[in-house]
Amino acid sequence: MTPAAVKSAFDVAEIRAQFPILKELVHGKPLVYFDNAATSQKPRRVIKAESAYYATINANVHRGVHTLSTKATEAQEAARETIRRHINAKHAHEVIFTSGTTASLNLAAFSLGQLLLKKDDEVLISGMEHHANIVPWQLACERYGARLRVIPITPSGEWDLSIADSLIADSAACKILAVSHVSNTLGTINPVKELIAEARKRGIITVVDGAQAIAHLNVDVQDLGCDLYAFSGHKAYSPTGTGVLYGREELLERMPPWQGGGEMIDMVTFEKTTYAKLPFKFEAGTPHIAGIIGLGEAIRWMEDYDKQAMAAHEHKLLEHATKELLTIDGLRIIGTAKEKVGVISFVIDGVHHYDLGTLLDQQGIAVRTGHHCTQPLMQRFGVSGTTRASFACFNTVEEVEVMVAATRKAVKMLR
Amino acid sequence: MTLAQTQQELIDEFAMFTDWQDRYEHLIELGKDLPLIAPEHKTDDNLVRGCQSRVWLHATPQNDHIHFTADSDAMITKGIVALLVRVFNDRTPQEILGASTEFIDRIGLRAHLSPNRANGLSAMIDQMKRYAVAFSAQGPKA
Repeated sequence: MTPAAVKSAFDVAEIRAQFPILKELVHGKPLVYFDNAATSQKPRRVIKAESAYYATINANVHRGVHTLSTKATEAQEAARETIRRHINAKHAHEVIFTSGTTASLNLAAFSLGQLLLKKDDEVLISGMEHHANIVPWQLACERYGARLRVIPITPSGEWDLSIADSLIADSAACKILAVSHVSNTLGTINPVKELIAEARKRGIITVVDGAQAIAHLNVDVQDLGCDLYAFSGHKAYSPTGTGVLYGREELLERMPPWQGGGEMIDMVTFEKTTYAKLPFKFEAGTPHIAGIIGLGEAIRWMEDYDKQAMAAHEHKLLEHATKELLTIDGLRIIGTAKEKVGVISFVIDGVHHYDLGTLLDQQGIAVRTGHHCTQPLMQRFGVSGTTRASFACFNTVEEVEVMVAATRKAVKMLR
Repeated sequence: MTLAQTQQELIDEFAMFTDWQDRYEHLIELGKDLPLIAPEHKTDDNLVRGCQSRVWLHATPQNDHIHFTADSDAMITKGIVALLVRVFNDRTPQEILGASTEFIDRIGLRAHLSPNRANGLSAMIDQMKRYAVAFSAQGPKA
């Protein structure tokens, strides 16, 4: 392990050359992929790592005594260690593999609900959460007669911190705080560390939805001080169907299992089952071994670059897009927080986001339109949906210019 | 004009356009000819599920035919529903149920038929066919 190894200099052309899909044409035009907040594209190294598993070491993990099973297990556990190092967890067994952020948060809500929630308790979330960080908590609250409280969102798309602090300080009933590190719709980077510190003073268990953070920020779970941290692989250059729930060892030990099945047991009799040790207690069934190996490779790929330089590049794209889009008549940006990742959500007077998305697609540009799985946030801003461009390290300023020109053309057609 | 002839007419109309821009501009133009749904029928019950934009579709039996009116808050969607209404309007339930939707493919709008949840074209066709089934079961009304 050489974490201090020399990082490759950031050269967007060199990065682009590693993404085979960027050579594709859409409607005869070069693909401009600005839907990275939904899922990012994958570098060749990740695609190769995933297919090499199938081609050379495909076997089930942890059970076989044969060579392939040993190799597959070693490869999967190496990925776990890579992730541990990347997010600075204390132990590899604090890294639980799931199918994605949604599964991670469902695990968290189901298990923490059972462990902690009683009638009239409260779970605190924020008004900018993705449905995946709302609905599992609603289900848990319904199950135990607890209540969901919501941190309001300011006009710029940030948490109203004075209200957040009072919701934490004034309520002895608050047992769980579950908030996003970065908003998928607005791009806002939330002050999670500060809020977690407040919550922990009062013994509140803290859960962070890091789906939009992991590819763009340095995530250090010990520095954040959170109890649980969820993220997906596929938004961070990794295969789909992979995800992680990090949890503090002491809490994970106390949490009851979510799904039962193979892998997660110690001893099974019809009278009583005892569970496997961490992390396997939470990993019932055969995991997405190939995907996990790809996830490990993607993290190592990201670590080969200076994340700061990647973030600076994405920030440049955000600033350029913001400045240029605002020259379009009637265009309004939803989410103008000071601290943002490369996500830009906007509405245009007299233009429906579906029409705009369709006409951008005709010009080879992939953006997301609609409510982005944040309907309460849309209601907060009084819009039915937005058009969202979300950048990754392989995007370029030239692509931003193509999108702005294409948007101008679409608006002309639609007015 | 038969239903098949109307479909052919649309195929011929769209065949004149070689680039996407003209094709979509024509689709948007078609939306302007859509027989608009009466405001009192613009209810949640008449919303077509499965569209990212909102589409209202209303059907009334007229003798043995079905008369459709519709609207949408998005222009392309409005054009698409107008296209369908032009083909299916004032036809018998049997004509509607027996109609092929292959013409969509032939006018270059196949992408709108994909199972992607954002696209509502399949949902609109299903809804029109459901009206046809309902009205054919009821029989012609006076």
